[in-house]
Amino acid sequence: MGAHSTARALRSKFVANTASQFDVIVVGGGNAALCAALAARKLTPSVLLLERAPEHMRGGNTRHTRNIRCASMGNGDSSEEYKVEEFLEDLIGVSGGPANLDLAKFAIQQSRDLPHWMSEHGILWQPALAGTLHLGRTNRWFLGGGKALVNAYYDALSRMGIAVRYGADVVDLLIEDGEFRAVTLMNGHAQEVIRGRAVVVAAGGFEANIEWLKRYWGDAADNFLVRGTPFNDGTMLARLIAKDARQIGDPKAFHAIAVDGRAPKFDGGIVTRLDSIPFGVVVNRFGRRFYDEGEDIWPKRYAIWGRLIAEQPGQIAYSIVDAKTIRSFLPPVYKPYQANSLEDLAGLLKLEAATFVDTIQNFNRATAGNSEFTPARLDGVKTRGLSPPKSNWALPIDRAPFYGLPLRPGITFTYMGVEVDSNARVIQRTGRPFSNVYAAGEIMSGNILTKGYLAGFGLTIGSVFGRLAGKEAASHAGR
Amino acid sequence: MPGDDLVEEASRQLTICNACRYCEGYCPVFPAIEVRREFGKGDVFLLANLCHDCRACYYACMYSPPHEFAVNLPQIMSEVRLESYKAWSWPSFLAGSFRDIGKDIILASLSIGLIIALALTPVVPVRLFAVHLGPGSFYAVVPFLAMLLPALGLTLYGSAVWMIGGVRFWKDTEGELPPIGFRVLAQTAADILNLTWLRGGGRGCYYPKAHASQTRRLYHSLVYYGFLSAAVSTSLAAIYQDILHKLPPYSLTSAPVLFGSIGGVAIIVGVAGLVVLKATSDPKPAHSPSLGLDYLFLIILGLTALSGMFTLLFRESSAMGLILTLHLGLVAALFITVPYGKLVHALYRSLAILRHHLEQSQPHRNGQGH
Repeated sequence: MGAHSTARALRSKFVANTASQFDVIVVGGGNAALCAALAARKLTPSVLLLERAPEHMRGGNTRHTRNIRCASMGNGDSSEEYKVEEFLEDLIGVSGGPANLDLAKFAIQQSRDLPHWMSEHGILWQPALAGTLHLGRTNRWFLGGGKALVNAYYDALSRMGIAVRYGADVVDLLIEDGEFRAVTLMNGHAQEVIRGRAVVVAAGGFEANIEWLKRYWGDAADNFLVRGTPFNDGTMLARLIAKDARQIGDPKAFHAIAVDGRAPKFDGGIVTRLDSIPFGVVVNRFGRRFYDEGEDIWPKRYAIWGRLIAEQPGQIAYSIVDAKTIRSFLPPVYKPYQANSLEDLAGLLKLEAATFVDTIQNFNRATAGNSEFTPARLDGVKTRGLSPPKSNWALPIDRAPFYGLPLRPGITFTYMGVEVDSNARVIQRTGRPFSNVYAAGEIMSGNILTKGYLAGFGLTIGSVFGRLAGKEAASHAGR
Repeated sequence: MPGDDLVEEASRQLTICNACRYCEGYCPVFPAIEVRREFGKGDVFLLANLCHDCRACYYACMYSPPHEFAVNLPQIMSEVRLESYKAWSWPSFLAGSFRDIGKDIILASLSIGLIIALALTPVVPVRLFAVHLGPGSFYAVVPFLAMLLPALGLTLYGSAVWMIGGVRFWKDTEGELPPIGFRVLAQTAADILNLTWLRGGGRGCYYPKAHASQTRRLYHSLVYYGFLSAAVSTSLAAIYQDILHKLPPYSLTSAPVLFGSIGGVAIIVGVAGLVVLKATSDPKPAHSPSLGLDYLFLIILGLTALSGMFTLLFRESSAMGLILTLHLGLVAALFITVPYGKLVHALYRSLAILRHHLEQSQPHRNGQGH
């Protein structure tokens, strides 16, 4: 048989496959889904991945990631040691204890194998990015960031003959007596049913669904910006809950940071974040300060500011710095508002001038005489007799020009998801798992994360549980 | 896009890159972005010439069109490069050929025509079509001085224009830099000789489509080293003639013919490879006027090499006179377009690499916030 007819035979086999049934159907197209498909393919050739986004938007929120947190023995490669125990302590430190300690331990233990596995599937690495040295020991950077990682994984899928459909709008899961039978897609106005022996749901959270967020946040959600893909509207999460999957995690909890208020509603990613907060003060729309801007070093505190701003009136705040510190942080994408007097700056930011000037003057009185600061550490250069205080890096804001940057809550992802067991099977409200429904990634990260966030841990969860769910789904299908 | 708007648009995109930095591991453009906060004309020009158009960043970018941020660094860097070539060239009416390729084509055609006319007029056609053998047979077709003087003149002229360009490059990209030391020179030479940054992030350039391969670096190396080999051949021939007093043509196993043949074949293969690679490459990160300039240079270079090889093959036949004349015409076209064509990238990219290593050899001026 010539190469040509072989190719034709393969193609017709593929068409036949889509028409009938797959061993494993993966719903989603980000890191967890890709890892699941790759792991499933090791056990069965019959794997279908359904990505809702068009090809150029494929990869969910993984497109915007840049590193993955992995425990390391500190040998075999250039990395230093990052013990499993230390990793777990770090997690407990930020979250106050994972929802399911066993799953958290599993994720951390498994994370040691990830770099090798990822390299095998085409991921390239680079040194820690400049300015992220605090993560150099704990996190690994993939070359080119998340979209390059996503591209490498899709290439691997294609090499391994895994079927992929883009623009695949899965609207429902057909589940009978606790057993998955098929997925339903919308093809224009027509419904399409694809049957499968097992399903891995790795379709993300619901952070891009403003209406859903409104159930917990009210109209404030209208002012949230979504940093990632607009496709994470939680359809699959809602369907699973409707099919009696057990819900886990605080529905109001999300990972959110301060982003520039002028950023796009969706998909602004990394570049809209602002690192100016510790270098000045932050005022709300009434021109008043509301939180200690110098509480701790920025890498440990940046993640609380999304929620802090979400709780302010109008969900907006303004970071104010002066000529002394404007060059101390990563250059922002949008030009800061700039004025030669505080009154003029208040005008540009549409703040009530008297209150705003009063706030800054009070701050300046409380910091009088502070002239040197050391951004790299807690320097104890603080306010005196001011509430709320600024505990470090508190220099008066007195050298024109003055700068203002509007801040909004930028949601990275939501924590509420479905509960899973140690095989990544989704658990029903009765407490029994579905026999062949698996979940991985953001949709089940609430089993581990309750609040707070560890940089690069989302990808760890996605990779570990993606691989587990893919493997388990494929072996179930083979039974 | 006119100059100022172009610099502004490049600056907008570079500001986004500077806030992202995911591409830091791909090439020297990103570390160079990170030591800056603003991007003026000099910065943009420098970065554009540091960019080797490997396109790794385009495929890795989550902000590439249709995202509203519309970041397409390879494309804007290509357009800025053309603008910088124009700005640094001389005189201005010829420099315009960088943004108007028609001028370049006219220039090249005129020089080919001129050489052919020169060869024909003083020469009785009988001489052109006769079979010439033995030492000095080429000069029986085109007298030695008629070959040497235009070539020498064009070389001197081209060098002068390049020198002006080099000085203008250095002035435009000015900054506080340490003196050039041995280490920086060694790094620069290594990068230039290795075509280091055609490695992209390590796996090569993303040509013709979204997958990295070493193909572009291979073909470029063939053209590059083929060109050097041909230059060695010419120099050796000069030594043979003027010092050893041996007139061409030389035997097939002589050093000038060997270097010339190896160079010629390498150029032909490399040029063909690059043309195919460009023609089949993804148009989205490309800047089509830049491609036009690439093609023009590659085609003239390829035809020059091809006609050189034909001169060798048919040097003992009656076709030699015509082929040699055509070859010399193409050489003239190549020379005349050197200061106004794609070859200037060799100058500016080398200077940009040197400038970059100097900049990186000093402690960073603009540290980040954390």
